[in-house]
Amino acid sequence: MATTTAVAPRVQPINPGTVIPSLSLWQREIVRFYRQKARVVGVILSPLLFWIVIGSGFGNSMRGANGTGQHYLDFFFPGALTMIILFTSIFTMMSVIEDRNEGFLLSVLVAPVSRSVIVMGKVLGGTTLATIQGLIFLVFAPFIGVHFTVNSFLLIVLTVFLVSFSLTALGFAIAWPMDSTQAFHAIINLFLIPLWLLSGSLFAVKDASKWLALLMRINPLTYGTEALRGLMYPQVASPDFPIAFDLAILGGFAAVMFIIAFTLANRRTTKPAA
Amino acid sequence: MPYNEIVSLSTTIPAAPSTAAAFTGKAVIEVQDLRHTYDKRVTLDGVSFAVRPAEIFGLLGPNGSGKTTMFRILSTLMLPTSGHALIQGHDAAKDPAALRREIGVVFQAQSIDVKLTAAENLTHIGHLYGLRGDALKQRVNEMLRRVRLDDRANEKAETFSGGMQRRLELAKGLLHHPSVLLLDEPTTGLDPGARRDLWQYLQILRDEERVTVIVTTHLMEEAEKCDRLAILSSGKLVALGTPAELKHEIGGDVIVLETNDPESLAQRINQRFGVEATALDGKVRFEREQGHRFVTDVVEAFPGDIQSISVSKPTLEDVFIRRTGHRFWTEDEQAKQAEAAGKKKKKH
Repeated sequence: MATTTAVAPRVQPINPGTVIPSLSLWQREIVRFYRQKARVVGVILSPLLFWIVIGSGFGNSMRGANGTGQHYLDFFFPGALTMIILFTSIFTMMSVIEDRNEGFLLSVLVAPVSRSVIVMGKVLGGTTLATIQGLIFLVFAPFIGVHFTVNSFLLIVLTVFLVSFSLTALGFAIAWPMDSTQAFHAIINLFLIPLWLLSGSLFAVKDASKWLALLMRINPLTYGTEALRGLMYPQVASPDFPIAFDLAILGGFAAVMFIIAFTLANRRTTKPAA
Repeated sequence: MPYNEIVSLSTTIPAAPSTAAAFTGKAVIEVQDLRHTYDKRVTLDGVSFAVRPAEIFGLLGPNGSGKTTMFRILSTLMLPTSGHALIQGHDAAKDPAALRREIGVVFQAQSIDVKLTAAENLTHIGHLYGLRGDALKQRVNEMLRRVRLDDRANEKAETFSGGMQRRLELAKGLLHHPSVLLLDEPTTGLDPGARRDLWQYLQILRDEERVTVIVTTHLMEEAEKCDRLAILSSGKLVALGTPAELKHEIGGDVIVLETNDPESLAQRINQRFGVEATALDGKVRFEREQGHRFVTDVVEAFPGDIQSISVSKPTLEDVFIRRTGHRFWTEDEQAKQAEAAGKKKKKH
């Protein structure tokens, strides 16, 4: 091949691999996050607000509805955690559209890295932020009498991570073809509301009507909420499935979402990329 | 002249000397019969050219001529509908990863992350090109020095002036020692001093590091600075050569007459002197050797008809007019009008 031409000797092109480029993009996400102070404030305050406002609001009308005699604010705690992760994960991927509009994405697209690097960097960045937000919320757990063992805490972190990862990848897949954040909002709401309402966050699968329960069983988030509830209230909750099963479902969900995001990002067309 | 006539004129003009064949194998960039159609709009209509090692090659054309499409295909951001684009032997459509290792890209729009510092911007990009550790640190410092941003290395790019941001863009494109540098309208928004600096730097790159530079532009004075030039119009290659060669083919001087009735005067001049005068934008225009002597004959022949007269050495715009039959910017306006009309249609 005529790859070596009359051009003077120069540094040989290197294959950058995938690990360091992914970590580099991940680091950029985090740095960008803490340089925007408003986002930091939002991440810390919004979980608390969600839980107290929604939990207390529903609490009076739904006391005892879950049949365990548990106070609703307690019952809702794992559900609020799911919701926080859901919203944070998906919305962090709005940055895909910003990166596209601000041009940064273009310079990554012309770099000799696999598209999986872009997906990994972005999704891991979003996952980290959503997981951190989830963990900040866990600080309130002792106040409502939830105490963790080392084991249950690590499993909770794992569950939170898997849920964040799947939802961030979903957000990536939705954001990738879009060029405006308004369009992203419009589409996202189609996903967010049903995913959340039918995740077992507000009411347990047992208390739902038959067809609703079926929809909830199809929603992978339900397994996340049930896992969290089981881990937080081992005495009260009576989960339908063992935690390992829940984690397997979430792992599968994460893999499928990642593959969808990767496939979308890996497509090359005659359409202008920016 | 009706528009469709202009179009047919431009298609009948032979597509410039086919230098492409002569340089196969040695060319750094080879573009072969490249076509691109999007949304039923033909943006590239069978363009071929070759770029030699260590030359500054310009893609000159008005907006909508297809030069940005060409840039996007060469930088692997977009697939062509048909044809081939090769850089250092790698096909942009089939082997983008290998091609991407060879190229550095400077976009027209901003691509740096303004929330990051200058050094951080370069470090992240270095990671994407396989640089790391001390070698990367050294290279980042070296590039920042070369674009004179070393004293601002740890400040966020959002605090930089437009010129400084452009310099950081350039450093970003050159960090990994690419053998080919692609620039899309690189001087957009730069003041004259910064433009001069940029072009000087491109010349240094070409001479000292033997980097092949391909640059799109719509500015004649920038095109003049290129070693060789491809002129695009409506997706077609209308001229290819060095700026001097292209201007030389005009043969002589360009004479422009202002008059009340350009159509009839053009006809009368043609009949009387056997030149090829045309009416363009309300003026009569023709090419003639020894133009300064010839004008006196014209003025004497048609006293009272001519309001003003100008004789000038041919410019690249004259080359464009000769090859396409219309002025450089009229194409731009037509493209805009067509676009506006398209938008209106969609709304209804």
